[in-house]
Amino acid sequence: MSLLRQPLKEIHKRLTEGGCSAKELVELSLKRIDEVEERVGAFITVDREGARARAEELDRQLAEKRERGPLAAIPAGIKDNICTDGLLTTCASKMLANYTPIYDATVMKKLRAAQAIPVGKTNMDEFAMGSSTENSAFHPTRNPWNPERVPGGSSGGSAAAVAAGEVLFALGSDTGGSIRQPAAFCGVVGLKPTYGRVSRFGLVAFASSLDQIGPLTRSVEDAAYVLQVIAGHDSMDSTSADVEVPDYLSALTGDVKGLKVAIPRELMGDGIDPGVRERVLDALRVLEGMGAVCEEVSLPHLRYAVETFYVLAPAEASSNLARYDGIRYGVRAPADNLMELYYNSRSSGFGAEVKRRIMLGTYALSSGYYDAYYLKAQKVRTLIKRDFDQIFEKYDVVIGPTTPTTAFRIGEKVDDPLTMYLNDICTIPVNLAGLPAISVPCGLSGGLPVGLQVIGRPFDEQTVLRVAHAYEQQAEPLPEPPLGGDRS
Amino acid sequence: MTAYETVIGLEVHVELSTKSKIFCGCSTEFGAPPNTHTCPICLGHPGVLPVLNRQAVELAMKAAMALNCRIAEYSKFDRKNYFYPDLPKAYQVSQYDQPIGSDGWIEIDVDGERKRIGITRVHLEEDAGKLIHSESGDSSLVDYNRVGVPLIEIVSEPDLRSPAEARAYLEKLKAIMQYCEVSDVKMEEGSLRCDANISLRPAGSATFGTKTELKNLNSFRNVERALEYEERRQREVLESGGTVEQATMRWLEDVGRTKLMRTKEEAHDYRYFPEPDLVHLDIDEAWKERVRSTIPELPDARRDRYMREYGLSAYDAGLLTTNKAIADFFDEAVQAGADPKGAANWMTGELLGYLNATGKELQETRITPAGLAGMLGLIQKGTISTKIAKDVFKELVEKGGDPEQIVKEKGWVQISDEGELAKIVAQVVAENPQSVTDFKNGKDRALGYLVGQVMKATRGKANPQMVNRLIREQIQD
Repeated sequence: MSLLRQPLKEIHKRLTEGGCSAKELVELSLKRIDEVEERVGAFITVDREGARARAEELDRQLAEKRERGPLAAIPAGIKDNICTDGLLTTCASKMLANYTPIYDATVMKKLRAAQAIPVGKTNMDEFAMGSSTENSAFHPTRNPWNPERVPGGSSGGSAAAVAAGEVLFALGSDTGGSIRQPAAFCGVVGLKPTYGRVSRFGLVAFASSLDQIGPLTRSVEDAAYVLQVIAGHDSMDSTSADVEVPDYLSALTGDVKGLKVAIPRELMGDGIDPGVRERVLDALRVLEGMGAVCEEVSLPHLRYAVETFYVLAPAEASSNLARYDGIRYGVRAPADNLMELYYNSRSSGFGAEVKRRIMLGTYALSSGYYDAYYLKAQKVRTLIKRDFDQIFEKYDVVIGPTTPTTAFRIGEKVDDPLTMYLNDICTIPVNLAGLPAISVPCGLSGGLPVGLQVIGRPFDEQTVLRVAHAYEQQAEPLPEPPLGGDRS
Repeated sequence: MTAYETVIGLEVHVELSTKSKIFCGCSTEFGAPPNTHTCPICLGHPGVLPVLNRQAVELAMKAAMALNCRIAEYSKFDRKNYFYPDLPKAYQVSQYDQPIGSDGWIEIDVDGERKRIGITRVHLEEDAGKLIHSESGDSSLVDYNRVGVPLIEIVSEPDLRSPAEARAYLEKLKAIMQYCEVSDVKMEEGSLRCDANISLRPAGSATFGTKTELKNLNSFRNVERALEYEERRQREVLESGGTVEQATMRWLEDVGRTKLMRTKEEAHDYRYFPEPDLVHLDIDEAWKERVRSTIPELPDARRDRYMREYGLSAYDAGLLTTNKAIADFFDEAVQAGADPKGAANWMTGELLGYLNATGKELQETRITPAGLAGMLGLIQKGTISTKIAKDVFKELVEKGGDPEQIVKEKGWVQISDEGELAKIVAQVVAENPQSVTDFKNGKDRALGYLVGQVMKATRGKANPQMVNRLIREQIQD
């Protein structure tokens, strides 16, 4: 099997035994990027020079020292809203088209310490706002399974890069489903950790109380492997939790006997495409076959989740994105006075969806409307959290589809934001409740991947990973996406 | 004609004297070259997050406690959103509805009476940067060194009834902050800033009139002047049958008047909401007690002690305790053996007079408490006269040193040798027969002239009491 299809653990082993080199891995990754990038468009920036230099340096170090970082020599894709010191970080926005950070996000420091090799910055919806990566100011990304289809979003570049075999794993960010939904659409694994599990320092904020960084990988085991590296308390992020990080790999026992699974009625109903529902039911039967106990439950407030999200997330975004004023960094439009400078820079720098959400959020926070929108939404958020709390008193995990449909056509929903927003109906409640959740492929429907979502208790990523892994071991593996080319 | 009552409330910002900024590790030092105390966090770069400086919280608690506030058990931060180039994130992290301190008060002296002024709230927030406009007016520069310096905002109740009361309130507030060592409260460096709200209402009315807010008040004197101006302006508007429009006004120091900045309609909607990047503050009793135990004796308590223990007048005790450095100096001088009343007289008279005249701070002079105590000792022993002491004092203030040494070196030791003085007196009496006759004829002023002649002959060093006695003795003989 080609190196780029190997489990991370296996590559680590080979590297340790001298069976491969960092240079080899990076060259394979760059070659694959050259081969498919024109059809996929997963990257905004490919850092060939940086990746090669790092590989060379790493090979030198590896020759000298026995100590190897857990991600040594692994080519990785980094979503372009994660700050990389000295490497362009655009958030797929014209506003930051020229922005090169002068510091590394905490996850980047951790990846570098683990000796991973970032090969580039992946495409996304502008400022992570969108579900299709069509909102990138630069170019859309195409689904490796079908070039007419979106890869999902907003971490569409990260999901597509992993699915196309351009990198071995990628980091994404998830505010309302932005890791899990593209993972489902592209047939890869996407993990959103508990809010506070991974430091947000250096993640360009969309909605601070919802954002969370997580891995997109080829397998559940790889997701556990990467999470191990990036998880943990960070003194630079006051909202990161000081909770012990367990050994995630050892949680992958394959055993789900007696596991109590809740199936929310609200996530299996009319809005869910029958093909998707079928694959999810198949997956549940697999789990039942392994001894899990599945029961239908109700989380009554889930039906308000999308509306709640679209008050809270834009409210926070309207404030978070106010700093892009053309004054200290980023793009500054020509102007004759201060007001024009603001108007011109922000009018030309932001795309339509970003503007829409800034306006929504500004409205929701305005004097006279705050109580009716923001405050009300906060209360509903509490009710949704409480729904989950009650379920988790009796059940170990909540399972359902990651998305109501498979990947939709490019251009299909771009002019209909409401329908686009509803595509996140299964993932948004998880962010509102701050829970960990994973999307794992559960077969194809109409030739396109379907994602199974496993949601767990706060900081119980082990159980989420264990269930997804157990299922993955039993399920029929997906074929490679029909991109062709040499992946050896 | 209607009599009007003036109603004033003040909003005071005080920079806390932490070493580093409120949300990052940058230095808070004043006067560094522009934009040298900055980092991605205080510059509001994409992706950065704030981490709360615990010392800033403690200083805010300390200040609020010294202002007799109730300290919140649960407090949180909020974002105040507005666009301005001196605010890198386009929001200021502040506290909206759950400030650290609330419901406090301080006392001020009004015509010899003590009056209690309510403090509505004390909250913690971050400072903004500083805009420097070019002279041509076509560009502006921003210095972000000040961005993120921790501030407390102290909001008073509308309890002040005159510009003079407003000034007294500010002076007391400044003294309390200084005593607590939460801030160096230098208005000229911007570590204390003040906005004022003022309205007029018919005397006896229970409802407030329409207020205006005054900005750009850069000294206590200007706070008072601007309020006096605005008080007059509003009275004229009301007396001519007009109505005061709610507005923010800018004080123009050079021309001595206020100018409209913005009306109520143009007021900002700050869209406050809870800061999601910070966790809330839980302040338990143990923490409160720990902070409370660091509060030193405050100005009022010290003033009362000076009156009680040293028998100083309320006025003198008040003067000595307005400035912590002065009060500390006084305490140390007394400790070094100075007579409290003598020390108080010299300090309220000569020392404060010198500081006022030169515009200097006590720290900029060379006098030490031991020096003052030593000088007072020399007066008491009769080594120097009070008159000479003024020269010694000037020497101590400007050059420092040991008073005994100075007196010796300058040859200022008082002549108290009766035999020596008697000779000089005899000579003066002999040389001024007319004055002697005048004195004998009951003209007391003549005695003063003769004493003056003796002092002149001794270059001021003669013991004046002794000279007085000797002249009387010799003339009456």
